[in-house]
Order: sequence, then structure tokens, then C-alpha cells
Amino acid sequence: MRPLLTALGLVAAWEALVWLTGVPPYILPPPSRVAVVLVGRFDLLIEQAAWTATEMILGLALGLALGAALAIIFAASAGWRRWALPLVIVSQAIPVIAVAPLLVLWLGYGMASKVAMAALVIFFPVVSSLYDGLRRTDPGWIELAQTMNASPRAVLLQIRLPAALPAFASGARIAAAVAPIGAVIGEWVGASAGLGFLMTQSLARGQTPLAFAALVILCLLGLALYTATDRLARRLVPWQSFQGD
Amino acid sequence: MRSAHIVLDGHIVAEDLCIDFPAGLTTCLLGRSGVGKTSLLRYLAGLLPGTEATGPVAYMAQRDLLLPWLSALDNVLLGYRLRGDDAARRLAEPSARALLAEVGLGDRLNDLPATLSGGMRQRAALARTLCEDRQIVLMDEPFGHLDAVTRFDLQDLAAHLLRGRTVVMVTHDPLEALRMGHAIHVLSGTPFAVGPAIVPAGDVPRDPTDPGLLTLQGRLIGQLRAGS
Repeated sequence: MRPLLTALGLVAAWEALVWLTGVPPYILPPPSRVAVVLVGRFDLLIEQAAWTATEMILGLALGLALGAALAIIFAASAGWRRWALPLVIVSQAIPVIAVAPLLVLWLGYGMASKVAMAALVIFFPVVSSLYDGLRRTDPGWIELAQTMNASPRAVLLQIRLPAALPAFASGARIAAAVAPIGAVIGEWVGASAGLGFLMTQSLARGQTPLAFAALVILCLLGLALYTATDRLARRLVPWQSFQGD
Repeated sequence: MRSAHIVLDGHIVAEDLCIDFPAGLTTCLLGRSGVGKTSLLRYLAGLLPGTEATGPVAYMAQRDLLLPWLSALDNVLLGYRLRGDDAARRLAEPSARALLAEVGLGDRLNDLPATLSGGMRQRAALARTLCEDRQIVLMDEPFGHLDAVTRFDLQDLAAHLLRGRTVVMVTHDPLEALRMGHAIHVLSGTPFAVGPAIVPAGDVPRDPTDPGLLTLQGRLIGQLRAGS
């Protein structure tokens, strides 16, 4: 309740600032004006939001799947660790966002380049969180499994993987927070639909209130994606809710 | 009587080691912290690099090592789950349930370990060790971190359930060794040497209030002091 009041206070301060300084609305529209546009252009905004949301969700799913697969391969195979792991670590130094224009060049203005962008920005956090989790299994569990004549495959699938799920869950939370950035950057660079596209279009035409309205929807979308992922992540590790009791 | 001879050649912890572990009885290895008790047990379990288990063994560590995402029953059946032998697992399930009932967890079969107390968790670990149904059981200070009363209760329970198996238990607690061990060896020195077998009178679990036992405890503490 209190953070909500703080937010309302900030919005009120914003409104007051605009009225007091007389800043023109194409520079900084007052919240009241943004609200009017939000209601008036609701259909357009929802249509674009659906497009962007699809990009985010597909990108998140793709990045999580690929990242998890690579982390498991690294954990299972010493050969892959030796030949490819250093490469993956070094490649984290590449500013992924700088690749966005290339993705648009290769994959076009449609949805594919945005999905690829979102997947790309979350790929490394996912790989490193799950791989770290797989590496840091309690050695006591692994030794216990060895005395029970468990195969390395059984140890990986039945002990190391479930033990790494809490780490994967935190990776997924980070991914959910970052995936919208990838999708929107992709839309800024080159797109024909989406909230990011709507923002650049309306800013170019001096329709700043519409850009702000798109931004509001984008924030809500990011929040919804994060909350949903957090719920799913909790469901993935039900035993964690007991720990720390 | 079957015996196991262990020789650790050129090992830092112990050299040319020979200990008899009488079949079907419990042998306690008593030593102070850091003497190498756990290494010896890990050697027997085949957990040290370059070693292999002396045969099929069940291993119980100081920590319960229950998997937090499995129910008590599934934890007890862990060995069967890991070996992926579904038929054996179905066969073992009634005995897993019976073991959990014997350790007093018959009504907590489907509960996660996090909801169990420390004593209950160690009892579940004991049930898991026994469910493996191996003739040789290796125990590494299994009740070391429990409170005194819980420890006594668990010693009674374990001595009862381990009857007939060849048990090697390492401990730093002289009273535990005297209660649980048919025979007791004191380990001391670096690299450690194994003392002669001490065989207290009476069957396990021995009564901790027995004056004879307490006299022996005094003697063992004296030996542990002298050995370091």
C-alpha cells in the first residue's frame, strides 16, 4: 500500500512540475494527458502490446531452453567444457545490444529478429546460473549416490539437476527482467509493429503523449512477465518455501 | 567368521593397516577429531580417489544428506531410484514403509525433509541406510550433532535395527563407542595406529548407567589423551 502512495505522490509531483514550468507537452506531457491518450488509443496500444508480449515470451522461452540445454551439456561433458566453455565466458564481453542491427539485417523486420534478440540477451545469465548450480552440488549427495552405485547420468538427472533448480530459478527471474529490453531494442532498430516501434514512430511525429502511453504499457508488460516467471519459478522449487524456517 | 584386511600403502593417513571387522557385529573406531577416521571410512566405501569399495556397502554420513525435493519415503528409496531399477523399487517399497514406521516416521512418509526435525531427519537417513539392505554398513559419526537425549534414543534404535549386519562406525564419543560397539579400537597418532580390540561385556546397546561401562569410558578417554 505504501509504495503505491509513493508512486501516486511522484505522479502528482510530475503533474505539478509540468503545470508550474509550462513545459510543452511534446517535451514532457503531464500524466493527465498521458492518461487521456491511454484511454483514447487503447485499441492501438493493446494491439501493439500483444505483438511485443509475444516477442518477449517467445524470446524468454527460447533463451531459457537454449541456455539450460548448454548448461546441462557443459555439466555433463568435460570435452564441451574444455572446447567451448572459455568461448562462452569470453563472449559475455560482447555488448549483445550492438548485435541488434545485424539480427534485423539477417532475420528481417518481423518478429524473428526480436525473438532472437530477447533470447540472446538472456542466454548468458541463464547458462551461467544453471551451470553454477550444477557445479555446486553438495559433494555429500554425490558421494552418497556413488555408494549406491548410481551412474553419472543418474547423478546428473536425479541429484545435480534438481539441486540446481533454485539457481536456475534465479537465472529465470533475471531473464524475465531482461527479456523485454531485448525485444524493445530489436523494435527500435527496425520493426513494423510493437510498442517499441510505436514509441519511435510517435516520437518522430511529435506525439510524445502516445510514446509515454506506450511506455506505461511496456512497464506493465515487463512487470507481468516478471511476476508470472517468479510464480512459475517458485512452483519449480516447492521445497524452497520450507527452507529457512 | 569373515574378516576384511585393509592395507593403505604409502598413505599419509595410515600405513599398513590391518583391522578385523567381525561379520555380523559392530566395530567402533574411536579417535579424536582429525585423526583420519573419516578417511578410513571413505576408503572402505571406495570414495577416496583410486580406491574401490570393498564390496556392496551402505554408507551413512554425519549429515543426513536427505534430498530436500523428495518425500521421506522417496529419500529412503533413493538407491533404487538412482539405479533406475523400477521392479526392485516396487519390491523394496513395503520394506521402506516398514523401516520408516520402525524409526517412528510411519505417519510422515510423504513429508519433505525440511518439515522434519533434526532427530527425525537422522532417523530417516538411518532408514535409507538400512533400506539399501547391504551386509556391510559404514557409519561416520551418524549421531554426532544431535542433542544428548535424541542421540541415546537413536543409538538404541540403530543397535536394534543393525543387528546381524557387519557395521563399522567411527566416532569421537567414547560413550557412543561403548554403547554401540561389540568391539572398539582406539585410533591415535599420525599416521594413525589402531589399538587392540576392546570388547566390553554384555550385548549392545549397553546401558549407559552401568558402572563398568563408565570405568571403561574413563580408560578410553585416558587412551585418547595419551595418543595425541
